[in-house]
Amino acid sequence: MTNINSYSKKVLEHFKNPHNYGKMKNPSSIGEVGNIVCGDVMFLYIKVDKNKKNEEMIKEITFETYGCAAAIATSSAITDLVKGKTVEEALKINKDNVIKTLEGLPSIKIHCSLLAIDALNEAIFNYLEKQKRSIPKSLLKIHEKNKKERDFVEKRNSEWVKAEKIALKTK
Amino acid sequence: MVKNVYLDYASTTPVDPRVLKAMLPYFSKKFGNTLSFHDKGAEAAEAVEKARKQIAKIINAKPSEIIFTSSATEANNLAIKGLALANKNRGKHIIISSIEHDSVSNTADWLRTQGFEITKLPVNKNGLVSSKELEKAIRKDTILVSIIHGNNEIGTVQDIKLLGNTCRKNKVYFHIDCAQSFGKIKIDVEKDNIDLLTASSHKIYGPKGAGLLYIKSGILITPLFHGGEHERNLRSSTLNVPAIVGFAKAAEICWKEKNENKRLSKLRDKLITGILKKIPHTKLNGDLKNRLANNANITFSFIEGESLLLELNLAGIFVSTGSACSSPKLEPSHVLMAIGKNAEDAHGSIRFSLGRWTTEEDINYALKILLKTVERLRKFSPFKGKS
Repeated sequence: MTNINSYSKKVLEHFKNPHNYGKMKNPSSIGEVGNIVCGDVMFLYIKVDKNKKNEEMIKEITFETYGCAAAIATSSAITDLVKGKTVEEALKINKDNVIKTLEGLPSIKIHCSLLAIDALNEAIFNYLEKQKRSIPKSLLKIHEKNKKERDFVEKRNSEWVKAEKIALKTK
Repeated sequence: MVKNVYLDYASTTPVDPRVLKAMLPYFSKKFGNTLSFHDKGAEAAEAVEKARKQIAKIINAKPSEIIFTSSATEANNLAIKGLALANKNRGKHIIISSIEHDSVSNTADWLRTQGFEITKLPVNKNGLVSSKELEKAIRKDTILVSIIHGNNEIGTVQDIKLLGNTCRKNKVYFHIDCAQSFGKIKIDVEKDNIDLLTASSHKIYGPKGAGLLYIKSGILITPLFHGGEHERNLRSSTLNVPAIVGFAKAAEICWKEKNENKRLSKLRDKLITGILKKIPHTKLNGDLKNRLANNANITFSFIEGESLLLELNLAGIFVSTGSACSSPKLEPSHVLMAIGKNAEDAHGSIRFSLGRWTTEEDINYALKILLKTVERLRKFSPFKGKS
């Protein structure tokens, strides 16, 4: 059973004051994922630019999350982990890194950290695809899984997704 | 000042000081076993029999028809398993609704593994069971119909008289789970044609550890516990005298303070209209009219219930949610799904349940905080809806 005491101080901190939230104007790409188990939805926006060494760096990252406190905290935590990393480095971040920065997650909430990783991978996949670049096999595999889950969750939230798409067009 | 606004009375209630006072002598002074022959035993037995009479009167039952249990869960188990096992020669079909408490639906599911057939009746979009649907579902081999009176999640109150008549007409036993309604809504087991009734102590400002099952005389029940033959051999186990005394005192107070329902429904309506008016993308779950006086169940679209729960907790407001994120199985509330809501409706659903110590000031505070927190959480959400 989880209750409020199952959350670490760090999770509560991130929940109370999430870092880097909100829609991004002109992102390089977006990672939109949904969790078919609980129904949470996470959007990660990234802006990629070259750094001094001419490497591709994720300069900006923001999130929008529809989910529980753990989902909001993992979203916030992953933006901290990714910001300023090169694309290559970002691809190496895994759920354990997220859990560690949050000083632990209740076992029933581990899937929230996976959702954040999925969103990150999805954003990078979309970026590489936009740039017409070759995509690592492992990333392609994650993308296939993400796509299936996203279709499922989008269907579930279809009314809202429609409303968002209309809102985007009218902007 | 740190606020302490408890709006989760449907989960459990604090013990009323008057109840506690009535209970205290039965811990260390009048501690006897009701089955003992001596003065100490007689004293305890007398207290329990007085409690039985007090409670029986409230539902127009005979004292001998009341069996004390440790909880409403136990009473529901005793009613359903006990009746099924004792009457299986008459038939093996049982009807329940699709919005029962887990202690009824999981018990019915277990009976299914023991060769019984279970029908789960659908309900309408407000959570009401139709007597016509019930009549259609009754078969020759149906032995029992078990329906929740006041729903613990959405607060919908069934027309038990109508359902009771349908069962009586078709010669099927009728059990109602009154864990949320006992002491709050008038129930007459004779007039309403009720054969079995479950009630709970800790939902009406009594202690935890006491519940009861009313069993109409003449109905055969197989006990769950075998032992020293307490409670007419239907529930062996030394009686929890202080809890039973407290339960009866709590029931009596509820019954004397009948106006409390009016006060609560006024506050409830203030909360409901306040939310629906001031916060966009919200809707009420359950029936507007046939509703427990203390229940408000509301969906806040685009945000998730557990995060709202946590946020409210930080502001000193304590409520519940039907969100999958908050359930150990990560499944949305079966009650909200049964009334035709979507998974996302359940995802953002909050149950507010008011009680004896809820004040108008509490409701004003809750409304003020809700306005802020919902707005804050929606800032993080990818969904904003049509504005």
